[in-house]
Amino acid sequence: MAEQAVTDTTHTYPEASDLRSIAADFSSDRQAFRNVSWGKAMMWIFLLSDTFVFSCFLISYMTARMSTTVPWPNASEVFALTIGGVTLPLILIAIMTFVLISSSGTMAMAVNFAYRRDRRKTAILMLATALLGATFVGMQAFEWSKLIHEGVRPWSNPWGAAQFGSSFFMITGFHGTHVSFGVLFLLIVARKVWRGDYEHQRRGFFTSRRGDYEAVEIMGLYWHFVDLVWVFIFAFFYLW
Amino acid sequence: MVDVPLGSAGVVAAPDVEDVELYHPHSWVTKYVFSQDAKVIAIQYSFVALSVGLIALVLSWLMRLQLGFPGVFSFIDANAYYQFITMHGMMMVVYVLTALFLGGFGNYLIPLMVGARDMVFPYVNMLSFWVYFLAVLILVASFFIPGGPTGAGWTLYPPQAITTGTPGGQDWGIILMLMSLMVFIIGFTMGGLNYVVTVLQARARGMTLMRMPLTVWGIFTASFMALLAFPALFVGAVMMLFDRVLGTSFFMPAMVEMGQPLDRNGGSPLLFQHLFWFFGHPEVYIVALPAFGIVSDLISTHARRNIFGYRMMVWALLAIGALSFIVWAHHMYVSGMNPYFGFFFATTTLIIAVPTAIKVYNWILTLWRGDIHLNVPMLFALAFIVTFVNGGLTGLFLGNVVVDVPLSDTMFVVAHFHMVMGVAPILVIFGAIYHWYPKVTGRMLNDALGKLHFWVTFLGAYAIFFPMHYLGLMGIPRRYHDIADMAFVPPSAHTLNAFITIVALIVGAAQLAFVFNLFWSLRHGRNSGGNPWRATTLEWQTPETPPPHGNWGNDLPVVYRWAYDYSVPGADQDFLPQNQPGPSRAAPGAGHG
Repeated sequence: MAEQAVTDTTHTYPEASDLRSIAADFSSDRQAFRNVSWGKAMMWIFLLSDTFVFSCFLISYMTARMSTTVPWPNASEVFALTIGGVTLPLILIAIMTFVLISSSGTMAMAVNFAYRRDRRKTAILMLATALLGATFVGMQAFEWSKLIHEGVRPWSNPWGAAQFGSSFFMITGFHGTHVSFGVLFLLIVARKVWRGDYEHQRRGFFTSRRGDYEAVEIMGLYWHFVDLVWVFIFAFFYLW
Repeated sequence: MVDVPLGSAGVVAAPDVEDVELYHPHSWVTKYVFSQDAKVIAIQYSFVALSVGLIALVLSWLMRLQLGFPGVFSFIDANAYYQFITMHGMMMVVYVLTALFLGGFGNYLIPLMVGARDMVFPYVNMLSFWVYFLAVLILVASFFIPGGPTGAGWTLYPPQAITTGTPGGQDWGIILMLMSLMVFIIGFTMGGLNYVVTVLQARARGMTLMRMPLTVWGIFTASFMALLAFPALFVGAVMMLFDRVLGTSFFMPAMVEMGQPLDRNGGSPLLFQHLFWFFGHPEVYIVALPAFGIVSDLISTHARRNIFGYRMMVWALLAIGALSFIVWAHHMYVSGMNPYFGFFFATTTLIIAVPTAIKVYNWILTLWRGDIHLNVPMLFALAFIVTFVNGGLTGLFLGNVVVDVPLSDTMFVVAHFHMVMGVAPILVIFGAIYHWYPKVTGRMLNDALGKLHFWVTFLGAYAIFFPMHYLGLMGIPRRYHDIADMAFVPPSAHTLNAFITIVALIVGAAQLAFVFNLFWSLRHGRNSGGNPWRATTLEWQTPETPPPHGNWGNDLPVVYRWAYDYSVPGADQDFLPQNQPGPSRAAPGAGHG
């Protein structure tokens, strides 16, 4: 083999924005993802891992649904609400989904204002997001208590396969936990933004490290992910 | 290889990322206990993992005593035997090997080898260790509760894992085991994110991915795989915990227990097996890939020769990592799943032999005409290659459905996986400890004790596990507390079992020489200097040994070459460190994959 050709590892191929630029990024030194901060890279990889968690939950639910020997309850009837004498199937879930997707909108706006360094609007929008998230969790609690009153338990329910209740409480509970943690961290980051921590380079209470406005965007990544997961839960659990 | 001549503007570009601000500990507690320094965390991880390893070793002794001399030790009844099996397996696979390779070697070597000051999120890294420690405490606590630890077998198959009659099934044993696993996974995720992001985003100037030592590649690939594989175990553990605690029926079919129908139905025990092995098979490679990487570096360093086919080694690592996610059901040929699955999974399983064989050939070709120094790390590395080939060949037997079916659940399986993922990775761990101990402590481990440790361990491991193949072919089942009454078992099998037990006791005791060596050399070992093996990789080029907080003093290293410039013709010494500027390798054809 002859001497290898010299390769400039940081050449960026400005005209070729396709695979070659990806290859250039990956063959460069220091960073595989150019100008992606450590925090953002970490959140993306965490979300990939979390995707596997939710996929396993949903696939397990589908397997349970297929392998059980008794009929599966009809989601449209179970999740119906009677409002003013009219029975509306899935009405609560529809509202919950609307609330959660709206919260993604306010989150995206918060990220935008964070990059404009507009502390007040960022904090308010994050608080709005947290409020919508809390509303979602509250409605979920309402739904849980309604079903529990009707006799649904993790180990049995009045309408059919016991795995219905098991899967329902497990999957929505796990997702609700994600939303609740999201609300908690939204409040923390909103407080930091409001107080100007990211401008005054104030150090974190636990980590003693300085934060950055990018925290808002990283928070946003998580929040949009939780939203996206809900769409799949909605499709596979409630609509199927 | 990407060869860049001295002064090329591309590689040694002005830093576009500022040097990081380091966290500086203020007290003894933040420096050594709740430390955020990856090197201290690595030692904490290694110490805890090795301690768990000693517990698991004693458990294996107890099992062997029962198998070799059935009935002699009355305290080892069937329940105790199953508890020992379960805890031995789970401890060794998850809490020792995974934690040691990723938490121990990963934490120590990644930042040093890629030229970083620390992991990217030291605080999260610290949490990772303490959460791991909590998981270990929960696991060990199960020895001290009524009913004892779970005896479900390390694979924890339902429904028997949570039914009456299985030790710990209706007590706390299985609950603590599942909780411990969940906590472990949470702790690992924190660490794993750090390892992956540090490799991807925090390398030194000039350190391209294709210049990284294979050790880093191995640990990186394994960490990434673990982030994708552990979720399946997590979900399986959550569901089984609900089955046990809440009375759900995810994994519980309609069944009769003690003559009474259970109040469960409609669950799928096979679902757990799929979840478990979707984690469990990648787990084999999560343990093996760091070993592959480390052994590549040991061989190259101690044979004074560049690694053969570096690029292919990297691609083989990645190929093995990817393929290992689509082979899991080869653990389930006799489980009653759809037989067509067997065809698919046997095919994918055998395909993995291709990248694995590439690696073995490349190790051998690296040794070919090398200047082989038979020191202790090299002995362990060579022993790894033969052991891994040995275990890999029996893998070909077990990967084929028709051959696997009669061998399933015999001692042949025990022999296979102990060779391939028990003995082989542990040999690498020993080799790696002998190799990097001088960097960690500044002193060499005692050579004579090391050689004694090596020969007893290596020959002993063969004396233990090689005969098990014969036992398996005879049809001796595994996981049986007592085989004395089986008519088909010839007396020679009992003699062989007694022989294995005696060797196991000797080999286990020989590990004390190693433990003694670790502590003795701490004070009395020969002073090693910064680079006793005259190795090229960055961790040997630190300004001080052991490396201080921040690793590199004032200036971060700049990397000019790949990690394997050994015996370069025309160079004034037989190795060129990665951070040494100078003419690029002139040897035509040297090691391009």
